Amino acid sequence: MTRSRWASLIIVAIVLIGVPALTGGSAVLLDEPGTTDNGAAAPGEPPAPPCGVAAGDVPDDGGGAILVEWTHPERDAGLVRAYEILRYVAGEEPAVIGEALPSETSYVDGDARDGVEYQYVVRAVTPLGSAESTPSAPVSSAPQWFARSRLNVLILAGLFSAAVLLYVRRARRGIDLYVRKIPGLDAVDDAVGRATEMGRPVLYVPGIETVSEVGTLASLTILGHVARRVAQHGTPLEVPCADPIVMTTAQEIVRQSYTEVGEIDRYDPHRVAYLTYDQFGYTAGVDGIMVRERPEAVFLLGYFAAESLILAETGHAIGAIQIAGTKETSQLPFFVAACDYTLIGEELFAASSYLGREPVMLGSLVAQDLAKLWIVYLIVFAFAAGTIGALVSPDGTSFLTRLFEALRAWFG
Amino acid sequence: MKRTVPLIITFLTGFFLVVSFFVPHEPFGALEQRLLVWFAIVSGFTMLLGVDSLIRSHVRKVAGRRPGWWHSVALLIGLAVTVVTGAIGFSRFGSPFHMQSPFMFLYTHSIIPLQGTMFALLAFFIASASYRAFRARNTIATLLLVSAVIVMLGRIPIGAAISHFFPAAQEWIMDVPQLAAKRGIQIGAALGAVSMSLRIMLGIERSYLS
Repeated sequence: MTRSRWASLIIVAIVLIGVPALTGGSAVLLDEPGTTDNGAAAPGEPPAPPCGVAAGDVPDDGGGAILVEWTHPERDAGLVRAYEILRYVAGEEPAVIGEALPSETSYVDGDARDGVEYQYVVRAVTPLGSAESTPSAPVSSAPQWFARSRLNVLILAGLFSAAVLLYVRRARRGIDLYVRKIPGLDAVDDAVGRATEMGRPVLYVPGIETVSEVGTLASLTILGHVARRVAQHGTPLEVPCADPIVMTTAQEIVRQSYTEVGEIDRYDPHRVAYLTYDQFGYTAGVDGIMVRERPEAVFLLGYFAAESLILAETGHAIGAIQIAGTKETSQLPFFVAACDYTLIGEELFAASSYLGREPVMLGSLVAQDLAKLWIVYLIVFAFAAGTIGALVSPDGTSFLTRLFEALRAWFG
Repeated sequence: MKRTVPLIITFLTGFFLVVSFFVPHEPFGALEQRLLVWFAIVSGFTMLLGVDSLIRSHVRKVAGRRPGWWHSVALLIGLAVTVVTGAIGFSRFGSPFHMQSPFMFLYTHSIIPLQGTMFALLAFFIASASYRAFRARNTIATLLLVSAVIVMLGRIPIGAAISHFFPAAQEWIMDVPQLAAKRGIQIGAALGAVSMSLRIMLGIERSYLS
């Protein structure tokens, strides 16, 4: 063999062994028919069909829906453009009922007839052609009478409701109940009094949502109390609304409050007005009222989003005493930074009971605090069980670890 | 009677909605969606009341020459122009939301920039509020200042360039103390909402009724 031939053989050997090693093994050497050494389909080879196609009734629904699930061979990852879902029913032609993205491995057929048996086939569509799975086992949909996945909610809500009713009953019987002080609510009367002394109006902003939002509903219950105080002192009250239903409800609440204190002649429905449904249009409108009317007390209670700080900072700039409250945790820091008092989460919902001071209403507040205490106990218990269990048996086989996992799954 | 009937309606509506949450079977399962449709219909009619309220209050301001009455004139003109351009868009293109319609021209070239302007104001308000909130007046405020500085530095590239401590520390602050406090507030708010709903359903809370 000549020297040049030996050199050629060495070069070929280097190319055949070295290049795949450097590139991590590309489509050069075939390990088995139709695949390369990294499992990808060889050029020109048809794709593998989806496998493990399983169909089942969607749990906890009102019927008419079947969940189809499948897996796809790793070797065709990145090759699939879409999945087509075909439905077969006895006596009818098979039909494509929908498509799924390549990243998806499930599809809900929401057009099934309850009691009718269907079979499903998943077709993988690739540039090289399509491949169909074998049909799933026959399946039919059915409505359920109880959503079992919500059993934990039912038990917890039932226990909490029982506690509320128990304490309401105790309050009705005249048993003295301790309710912790909420400074933000204690300041409501002071704020209205200060506005009266300064001869300036009170501005009440019920948020940007409609009455279906529980925060808005809580805000409207506080509005009744504020309107009564305002009517007693003869101080003007401005209530700009972002929703017509909120406006209508607020008008009724304010009118009723003026009637209750015998000052209906002073009630002006035009002060409880609609501005706009647009978030920042509403913000501009309320800011304009603040700057022009210079209210001495500003209440920002209800649902707020990005406009919270714009409103609170404008109120701060005009020197008003501000009481704010929302259940939105993302907006609470802004209110805490810019307002004099902030009702945090539950305090907003406690306001009407706290301000009204009716024993029956206060009973529900006590039950609320009690429920929170039990939740804290439960969290501490679960934390202790999980930690001790992991320390005693790191492989996760101890009773405490299993208890912790069971608690987590039940609440999860 | 004036209060009894609304209380009964409130109780029954609340009760059936709670039932529909746990019972997906007909006729309960689709109840929430059906009531949402009713709500949308009622909302449509109340929008007329809203527009009526808006026009009346601003006409009063203009007629009484109250301070800032020219703002009300601008609003009334804007309202009229919007309605007219919407009608033109509807008659010419079949929908006021057609991209060629004058309504969409107004929306794109006046409403969107105005919304952007209002949103941009937030940056200045955040600066002024942060200045007040982060003043180290006492131990808690100092703690807030220190954690805020760590979080801010940990979320920008220069923080990681100074030290890897900042990204790790900000992640811990956000995932542990911040999240714990947030969940505590959320649990309390959820209990408060359930308690208030129960009070409303049972007629204990009536302050929303006139």
